[in-house]
Amino acid sequence: MGLFFDQFVNGIGRGVVYAALALALVLIYRTTGLLNFAQGEMALFSTFVTWWLADKADGQGLPIVLAIVISAALAMVAGAIIERVLIRPVMSDKNPLNVVIVTLGMFLAINALAALVFIKPGREALKMPSPFPSGNVSDSVGISSATLWFTLILVAQCVLLWLLFQKTKVGLALRAVASNPESARLVGIDTNRMLMLGWALAAGLGAVAGSLVAGTQTGFDVSLMQQTLVYALAGAALGGFDSPVGAVVGGLIVGVAESLTVQYGHYIGVGGIELIVPFGLILVVLLVKPNGLFGRTIVERV
Amino acid sequence: MSRTQILVRSVIGAVVAVVAVALPFNNPAEYNTIFAQVMYLAIAAMGLNLLTGFNGQISIGHGAFFGVGAFTSAILVTKYGWYVEATLPVAALLAAALGVAIGFPALRVKGVYLGLITLGLAVLFPSVAGKLVKSDFVDAPGGSALLRVKRENVDSLVSGWAPDQYQYFVCLVVMVVLFVVASNLMRSRAGRAMIAVRDHEVAASTVGINVAGVKVGTFALSAAYAGVAGGLSVLVDRVADASNPLVYFQRSIEFLVAVVIGGTATILGPLVGAALLVAIRRRFQDTEAMAPALLGVALIVVVRVLPDGVVGAVQRLTARWLGPRSSSSPPPDDPIGVVVPNPNHPPTPTPTP
Repeated sequence: MGLFFDQFVNGIGRGVVYAALALALVLIYRTTGLLNFAQGEMALFSTFVTWWLADKADGQGLPIVLAIVISAALAMVAGAIIERVLIRPVMSDKNPLNVVIVTLGMFLAINALAALVFIKPGREALKMPSPFPSGNVSDSVGISSATLWFTLILVAQCVLLWLLFQKTKVGLALRAVASNPESARLVGIDTNRMLMLGWALAAGLGAVAGSLVAGTQTGFDVSLMQQTLVYALAGAALGGFDSPVGAVVGGLIVGVAESLTVQYGHYIGVGGIELIVPFGLILVVLLVKPNGLFGRTIVERV
Repeated sequence: MSRTQILVRSVIGAVVAVVAVALPFNNPAEYNTIFAQVMYLAIAAMGLNLLTGFNGQISIGHGAFFGVGAFTSAILVTKYGWYVEATLPVAALLAAALGVAIGFPALRVKGVYLGLITLGLAVLFPSVAGKLVKSDFVDAPGGSALLRVKRENVDSLVSGWAPDQYQYFVCLVVMVVLFVVASNLMRSRAGRAMIAVRDHEVAASTVGINVAGVKVGTFALSAAYAGVAGGLSVLVDRVADASNPLVYFQRSIEFLVAVVIGGTATILGPLVGAALLVAIRRRFQDTEAMAPALLGVALIVVVRVLPDGVVGAVQRLTARWLGPRSSSSPPPDDPIGVVVPNPNHPPTPTPTP
């Protein structure tokens, strides 16, 4: 039972990371109806910026928390610019494939740009300082403090987002744009500004998630977010792309499923292929309930 | 088509044919291998083009079908001693079977979700392949998900041709056959049904097209192309490699880049795109990150500026120079070029029996 508990907690620890990125994906999907395949790479670039701000030897040597805040702010600006310059011109295209292709292009370009700017010969893996105390919370409980802090930050993010969306006028406008852009425009909401805001928020969330994830690892490089993105996509699909709650729950389920498969997979003959459980889950969920566990069903009229 | 057009086309065709045959005898082995790589990449990209360009279904997981083909061929060669050439139909069939298996859920989930399922497939494939290789094929070195094919298995079967020349011609023949098949298909009833389904599913089904059948069939065919390409990659590279968990995801992106830059829904686009992709990668091989940076930017720019890619743009230019001045003759009769997308002349859906 102890082993199961440990693996479960371990899975939660991975799951919060996926949930954080899935939340960013859902944020963009809710406001623009678009899945941003470059989300992970945008977060990666911000992570490198955080590293550059915080690193003592090669960077600016700022305190890590300050570095994360600045990096997230920069990411929000960059996210808004990307929406305005790259995404909006193709959003109006009839072919929905074009937006996907543009985000995939961003995926390639941003990843490569990070490598060109930050990776120097002989410096392939970077070390990110962590704002969290190392080790476990206490000797008797097998939960690392990084996991605990990460979970707390995720909860705080969720609460803040909930407050923003449900209790403020901006949030109301964001929801209006998501549910019906035409009508939102008619009642005087600046939809374009709301779309930029959606992208900015998502980029900021991604920056925080990326910087924190990198801090928990011994070293990170340009491949940091690729696998994370895949799991985050799995989590978002599982929970339903238009539901922030779903994103968090989905991310956690994927993390736990991954962790338990690693531990127990060989009993049921799937040892070593921990990816199969999350993707098996998505396939089943999408086939049975195409809008995810928490998503709304959209009725299409012809 | 005017007389000049026919003449120009025949001359171009003859020149291309002569160059294609003469090429491997006038280049070092290294270049022949690169040409062969371009060609198998082009075949896979054509598969994706059939699905995404002509049928409007997205796939970010064609690398998985490529991988199925590669591992099928590698296993048949290393374990059962087949010739690589003989494994190609099996690779195509197995990939097509997987394509059908994905094509059915693709009927229910569309757009973004379909992209996700296919993406998941590509990410999942290396671990499944690794498992397979480790469990049954102990001769794989170090237990990694990597199958190497011995040099004698891919040797030239034609006396007088070096292996690189032989591989070049195998790829060339397979590619020409598959491209001609694709070109003819797109001018057949089935091809028009594919395009009709892409342009308006409801309208297509109203005129009697079996939408589900067309979509699943296209998925299978498209996967088969990628499977053949995977099999050819074993012949050329002598390896089926799944040791990097994201390798087939990256392959999928490669195919998409080739299709989009070359020209979505054109017949020659995948080949041109594959050639450009390989050329750019080779030009910037000293700085590893430069090629993906350029390709990523190229994707974004091409979508905005040249929606039908390099081939589409060239065809519009040549049509302006050579074509009849009257606007009554739409371009679709082009033997080597764009088959359809002409916004002013939407294709007429044809009922299938």
